[in-house]
Amino acid sequence: MYNLKCDVAIVGGGPAGLAAAISAKRQGAEKVLIIERDNSLGGILQQCIHPGFGLTRFKEELTGPEYYGRFVDEANELGVEYLLNSMVLEVNDKENTIICANSELGLTQINAKSIVLAMGCRERTRANIVVPGTRPAGLYTAGSAQRLINRQNVMVGKKVVILGSGDIGMIMARRMTLEGAKVVMVVELMDCLAGLTRNRVQCLDDFGIPLKLAHTITKIEGHQRVTGVRVAPVDQNKKPILEKEQLVECDTVLFSVGLIPENELSKKAGIKINPVTNGPQVNQYMQTSSPSVFACGNVVHVNDLVDNVSKESEQAGKYAALYAMGKFPQATGMAKCITGENVRYLCPHEIQLCDESQKVTLYFRVLRPDQNVKLVAVSGGEIIASKKEFRVSPGEMCSLAVETSKIANGEVTVSVVKEG
Amino acid sequence: MQKTDVVVIGAGAVGCAIARELSKYCVDVIVVDKNEDVGGDASKSNSAIIHTGYDATPGSLESQLVVAANPMYEQLAKDLDVPFKKVGAILPAMTDEQFEKLPEIKEKAFKNHVYDVEFKTGKELLEMEPNLNPQVKGGLVIPRESIIDPFILVQAYAENAYANGVKFMLNTKVTDIKTENGAIKSVVTTNGEIQTRYVINSAALYCDEIAAMVGKADYKVVARKGEFYILDKNTSCKVDHIVLPIPTKVTKGKLMCPTIHGNMLVGPTAEEQESKIDKSTTYNGLESIATDVRNLVPNVNLKDTITQYSGLRPNRNPEGLHFDMYDDLKGYVNLSGVRSTGLTLSVAMGKYVVQQIIMHGEKLKLKENFIPTRKGIVKFSEQSREEQERLIKENPLYGNVVCRCETITEGEIMDAIHRPLGAKSVDGVKRRVRAGMGRCQGGFCGPKVIEILSRELKVDPKEITKHNQGSNMVVGKTRD
Repeated sequence: MYNLKCDVAIVGGGPAGLAAAISAKRQGAEKVLIIERDNSLGGILQQCIHPGFGLTRFKEELTGPEYYGRFVDEANELGVEYLLNSMVLEVNDKENTIICANSELGLTQINAKSIVLAMGCRERTRANIVVPGTRPAGLYTAGSAQRLINRQNVMVGKKVVILGSGDIGMIMARRMTLEGAKVVMVVELMDCLAGLTRNRVQCLDDFGIPLKLAHTITKIEGHQRVTGVRVAPVDQNKKPILEKEQLVECDTVLFSVGLIPENELSKKAGIKINPVTNGPQVNQYMQTSSPSVFACGNVVHVNDLVDNVSKESEQAGKYAALYAMGKFPQATGMAKCITGENVRYLCPHEIQLCDESQKVTLYFRVLRPDQNVKLVAVSGGEIIASKKEFRVSPGEMCSLAVETSKIANGEVTVSVVKEG
Repeated sequence: MQKTDVVVIGAGAVGCAIARELSKYCVDVIVVDKNEDVGGDASKSNSAIIHTGYDATPGSLESQLVVAANPMYEQLAKDLDVPFKKVGAILPAMTDEQFEKLPEIKEKAFKNHVYDVEFKTGKELLEMEPNLNPQVKGGLVIPRESIIDPFILVQAYAENAYANGVKFMLNTKVTDIKTENGAIKSVVTTNGEIQTRYVINSAALYCDEIAAMVGKADYKVVARKGEFYILDKNTSCKVDHIVLPIPTKVTKGKLMCPTIHGNMLVGPTAEEQESKIDKSTTYNGLESIATDVRNLVPNVNLKDTITQYSGLRPNRNPEGLHFDMYDDLKGYVNLSGVRSTGLTLSVAMGKYVVQQIIMHGEKLKLKENFIPTRKGIVKFSEQSREEQERLIKENPLYGNVVCRCETITEGEIMDAIHRPLGAKSVDGVKRRVRAGMGRCQGGFCGPKVIEILSRELKVDPKEITKHNQGSNMVVGKTRD
């Protein structure tokens, strides 16, 4: 078996892996190696040719390729190394080794001092949400359709219904329209938008594409290619009202029904997975239950903005480098992050306390939309941080920073409560 | 006009098994099927179980064939390199009423010459299968009930038959059968007429339509739909055995069992319908599976489903498996009512049909150079690291993993496409190597498989289909 040695090995060369690699290098790690399954770096951003990336980080609007391009340039300047066309088959957190398959090198074993998991996420499918009907051609997840159109330059269909108002779904509604397809409607099970409001405005409203909230597809029809779908409103329990079902003709259905962190490798390695996010449990250093293994980006929890991914991945890269160099901060205690009212999950899941106080940003999603609310962090019966928000929704990630010195009794609870 | 000795209509499990059996003899055989791939209909959507026949109607042809077939699979699976495992079935009784039925079921098994069925206490069953409903009062164990890869079984029969000289005409629909002086003369297809002495009607759902072409349609096919769930390999609640409910008068009921590749299979329903093509799943069907299977395995987690599908069993009216040859129509063999046990009995049916033909006076001479074995596609993910290393060295395409969920390499996909009777569609690839059968259901590998098929078959991507004609995956190029 071919052997390689490095200080920090990073699984995945998308935005998370790139930001982690750069940060690890800047922190002083000597040899930083990205292992990427695709034939080029950039991950899913390679197919995200639309603008809207980098508003927070670069204060300008970039396309996906422009955004990751800046990171690739920087990684090259710093001397980050990478292995392309290499599928990781196994991560061993005890030995700190990775085995990957590569056409030219054969099976390759990488010995590292620390490992960063940055495999991203995958799309939920029609089957995950159980849409009855036939199984013809013309059913795609929004991301697969995006790849076919933007990277393989083939058109998936002409008359489209999109299920799910996630960001990729809305972006694909616009993309399909620009390519000359007719997007008949976007159907959303919830009574609120799943993705970002700005995408609704720019991708649906501007193109006159109807959005049907509190509706779902109840049946897929067609034996060879899709010929249509049945669409029905849903009741308060999200159960379809079949009497109100209507046939909508189409030749293509795109599913944008959520993303799931891709943690097959993490699970196989025995890393503790959070049941709500489906990603590894991490502390504020993005360190997993296995001390030498860090994780960042959508493999931990699904982000809506890549800018966030870059930020949290820098944290992972930095601490993976410190770990590799034997300079990892010593903990004097630990605090659990607990979800309070209208909070679905928190990331990080726990906070390592040390002598020096740190500012730790907690990221989270709400369970249901609300307005005029306050994000509150409570520890030891005291409010240790709070922030007003005019509007919160499950599609947009919230954040709240806390000072670790203020944490008492080893726990901090975050809630979203009505103002006043 | 093409000339042959035997035309087999239908390239499903039974048709291909018959073709393989015939290929042992010096006889020309052509298999004709309207689908683009072998095993493209009833044989691809079933519960993938090799039954023992314990619950068949004693004395029936179905009983004879299933009971005879079961013990043949161990060797057949070795010869043809088909994934097969004897996992055994459990029949747990959850109520006193069900418990009282057990002796009757065991007696029926006995009458079917299935003698290895044993009583077990509830405690014993829970030890064997900890996820069983703890209310279990006792039950039966049927040790030789087994699981198989149904796609590979059909492909293996077909590839081996092909290696032994059988011709396959796929994408070819039979439109007429001509007879002369009370004997078969020729088969007319969408790809020309074939002069033949024998026609074996193994057309499953369409066997009544074929029979009508020769005036022998004294029955009607009734499609009976069965819906299924497939669960993720990582699902939280699994079983090691085929867990069957106690059958009622109406139905055999819904089961839960492992698949040969480690997923869980849950189902099926049983609904008769007019249409022979409508394989849609339904809310009612899927819900009824959920309700029923929870009686057997309360913690089954249907949220872990990665796909749902349905298949149509080619039942017939009047009911039952039928084999018919006719004095007034020489050379015509009619198989009908090949329903859910069809996969199991295929191997025995092959032998049965050939023996019947011999007993009807046909002198078949054994081939001297029959090739009895077939080698399947090497599964990269199941090899040792050393073997994986060797595979990549020999063919670098084994180092390119295309399907992430199932770890399927480009080397395997190339083998699937280029072997005899190879894959021509996305589903063809899927059924040969499992690319797209994992938890993302082709979300990642689908676009790549289209690219590879287009490159290897040297056709434009828009010609690539999911399965049959008209199921094109994409519609053309994007705007310039």
